Amino acid sequence: MNPLPEMGVKCEVLFTVNGETKKLLAHPMERLLDVLRNELGLTGAKEGCGEGECGSCAVLLDGMLVNSCLIPVAQASGANIVTIEGMSAHALMTPLQEAFLECGGAQCGICTPGMILAAVHLLEKKPEPAMADIRESLAGNLCRCTGYMQIFEAVARAARRRVAT
Amino acid sequence: MRSASLQERHIVGVSVPRKEGWNKITGAARYVDDMVLPGMLYGATVRSNVARGKIGKISFDPNVAWDDFVLVTAKDIPGKNCIALILDDQPCLASQTVNHAEEPILLLAHANRHKLRKAVESISIDYEPLPPVHTIEESEQQSTIIYGTDNTFKSYLVEKGDVDAVWKEAAHIVEGEYFTGAQEQLYIENNGVIAAFDTEIGVTVWGSLQCPYYVHKALMALCGLPEDKIRVLQVETGGAFGGKEEYPSMIAGHAALLSIKSGSPVKIVYDRMEDMVATTKRHPSRTRHRTAVNKDGKILGGEIEFTIDGGAYATLSSVVLSRGTIHAGGPYYWPNVRIRTKAVATNTPPHGAFRGFGAPQSLFAMERHMDRIAQVVGISPAEIRRRNFLKRGQTTTTQQVIREEIDLNHLLDRALELSDYAAKKTRFAKENKEGMRKKGIGIAAFLHGAGFTGSGERYLNSLVGVEAGADGNVRVLVSSAEFGQGTNTVLCQIAAEALGLPYESVAIAQPDTTVVPNSGPTVASRTAMIVGKLVQSAAKGIRQTLTKAGFLGDDYTPEQFRAACQEHIAAHGALKSYARYEAPGEVYWDDEKYRGEAYAAFAWAVYVAEVTVDLTTYAVTVDDFVALQEVGKVLHPVLAAGQITGGVAQAIGFALYEKVVWQNGRMMNSQMTNYIMPTSADLPPIRVFFEELGNVHGAHGAKGIGELPMDGPAPAIINAVEDAIGVRFLSIPLLPEDLFEALPPESHEQDVPSSARGTA
Repeated sequence: MNPLPEMGVKCEVLFTVNGETKKLLAHPMERLLDVLRNELGLTGAKEGCGEGECGSCAVLLDGMLVNSCLIPVAQASGANIVTIEGMSAHALMTPLQEAFLECGGAQCGICTPGMILAAVHLLEKKPEPAMADIRESLAGNLCRCTGYMQIFEAVARAARRRVAT
Repeated sequence: MRSASLQERHIVGVSVPRKEGWNKITGAARYVDDMVLPGMLYGATVRSNVARGKIGKISFDPNVAWDDFVLVTAKDIPGKNCIALILDDQPCLASQTVNHAEEPILLLAHANRHKLRKAVESISIDYEPLPPVHTIEESEQQSTIIYGTDNTFKSYLVEKGDVDAVWKEAAHIVEGEYFTGAQEQLYIENNGVIAAFDTEIGVTVWGSLQCPYYVHKALMALCGLPEDKIRVLQVETGGAFGGKEEYPSMIAGHAALLSIKSGSPVKIVYDRMEDMVATTKRHPSRTRHRTAVNKDGKILGGEIEFTIDGGAYATLSSVVLSRGTIHAGGPYYWPNVRIRTKAVATNTPPHGAFRGFGAPQSLFAMERHMDRIAQVVGISPAEIRRRNFLKRGQTTTTQQVIREEIDLNHLLDRALELSDYAAKKTRFAKENKEGMRKKGIGIAAFLHGAGFTGSGERYLNSLVGVEAGADGNVRVLVSSAEFGQGTNTVLCQIAAEALGLPYESVAIAQPDTTVVPNSGPTVASRTAMIVGKLVQSAAKGIRQTLTKAGFLGDDYTPEQFRAACQEHIAAHGALKSYARYEAPGEVYWDDEKYRGEAYAAFAWAVYVAEVTVDLTTYAVTVDDFVALQEVGKVLHPVLAAGQITGGVAQAIGFALYEKVVWQNGRMMNSQMTNYIMPTSADLPPIRVFFEELGNVHGAHGAKGIGELPMDGPAPAIINAVEDAIGVRFLSIPLLPEDLFEALPPESHEQDVPSSARGTA
């Protein structure tokens, strides 16, 4: 549930989400997560903890990996936001998705959108990550099902395939 | 001779893609909080803030427009005010007294979630306090009775041989007392449901849950509606681990009551804090061992006392206790044993199902105690286990004869080899003489019974269906739920193989009580073994029907199968086949004496943990983990390994990270910020290995797998900690502050000012 009680006046927010310009009225302190999910119907970002611990609400905001539960929508004004739904055309998606399927990187799936975005964020910066890089860059995304091993393997496999092509 | 055909090609044993995998990796999978129904309201729960008391005046802040809210109290319950499960003692809404903090009392619904939250805070409830009971010890003292006549939900006694005669023969009598704490399941998706009521249709519930028919049964009693007026659908479920076994009946009941009262669909999704503070956890436990061994370390007999804290209501404690009781003796041969166990009442929220279900608790004690016995006898941890392992033909504590070809010595040898145990042991002994980082290595050997205990599967009487369409596609009809473990995939593999069809031709129906039969709850490591076998039988039934009707030969292509289905459906209508559980003939179980064949099969394992104890930070890190198990046929290697790595990670949390801090019966650290589960940076490489022995009971020889990896890591790790620093820890979780307090002051680093030290 939202941490905010009844909020004040709504303001106009203009930003780009998955390549499309969006203009909407929202309370400035409304969480970006709620705006994405409830106003824009982008339910790929999930709420796990509401306090920035679990990373299941992760999105890319101007290329940064952020927890959308911690971003007031006013702060996202003017930003370029990418959610899991907007990633389908990204060059890293096919290798990552294939590797996640092959390696068992997704079990219950609730952390998976955030996990994949964290992996994209890593591989964009570091196309050939060492295991320590993978572990560190996913440390803000909690997974209770896999024990992470198969996620590490999936990210490493995707990176190898990407580099090979 | 037939040519090699599709019917001989294997799908089982191959890592095919997860059925719902694509939706999960694209973010398209729809969980309950992703669903919105027209006119839907949001529901919230007003809970008690005392552990025990009589409910007094309830005041509503006059500044809130209460007419805009839907309010439900216990008086609005159309049926029986209980969560129907085993004893039906837990109310859905407290009406006169509360027995634990965060017990639900009132329900509210409103279209605006912000207003709802404020409204919950604008209700104040007076209580006439009653003395609470917070621990196992307080409950045992019985100075305050909070349940029945003796605060005991359930007790069991297992007796084998004559334990009273063994003490005088013993070379050593080894005693120990061990404790495990509560643990939160911490699925990443919180509990959530949507309920919609319609006077014609009845109540429909969509939820994140493990057991659709548990919710179905509970709602019938609560709503006073017949079977056909309750419909339960499981939607994509973001982790469960037992935490969505019995609790969904409560939250579904709440949403149903609000929907009945308002006439609108109502969604209740907990936030993390509410989920942690109010829902079930793993039962805290205490185990006492008194063991007689001969001079060689062979167990002559012993007494085991195992006690769990059930919380305020009986819920599932009797069955959790049962599994803990049967596993208390570990994978060892006890010629004489007496096991006394009980589940006691305290004024905390009821503890409930969590992966392992009592076994991780009693096995933690057993495996710590084995290391203790080894020390007393003066032999190695490996040797003490070797001398006492159960062998084929011997009997367990419940006098179940081990019929499997299990060779635990072989498992132990292989685990020691895979972990490079001997070399590490020598190296650590040498290296630990210097420095502040001490290394250790520990073993745990254990077993886990698959399926319901004793006569449980007979009572469940599970039914499974398989349906073929005119297009030749097949649907598996089960109430077994997917929540990450791979139910969808494995059951489709089994059906595809039984029918000789490609994996892609088989799908699984969404668990919906109007569509699927009751194949039992998705618990107890029973899905692959018990339900899988029934799916196999039902699928074979389709094939037999088509063959008998003359539409299908012995050998066929998918196209011929499709044509056969089409002809059969045109001639006879729907093509379905059902299979019902039949108890294997030799199963004998005595519920009174707690004696007999406790489980149709056991999975067996030896795990080895390597740790570093840092005497500067007091942190324990696990550096390497070898998990070797015998689980029968591995149906899907990737999914099976995923069950093991995930279970080991969760058990590392149980051992070293996850501490529920209680104050007046309430969890104080109900956030992910202060209840810490392992992250990707905290875990060692978890190396998974399987041995495969056949098992007659499961599909293709599969046994249970889901719970097993929860049992062994904690004792292996704490054994390794003792190996590293020589301190005997008896309790988990073991956090740095516990280490700090336990170590003698001279071992604390010298540059820490004495004023900053704890009062160790």
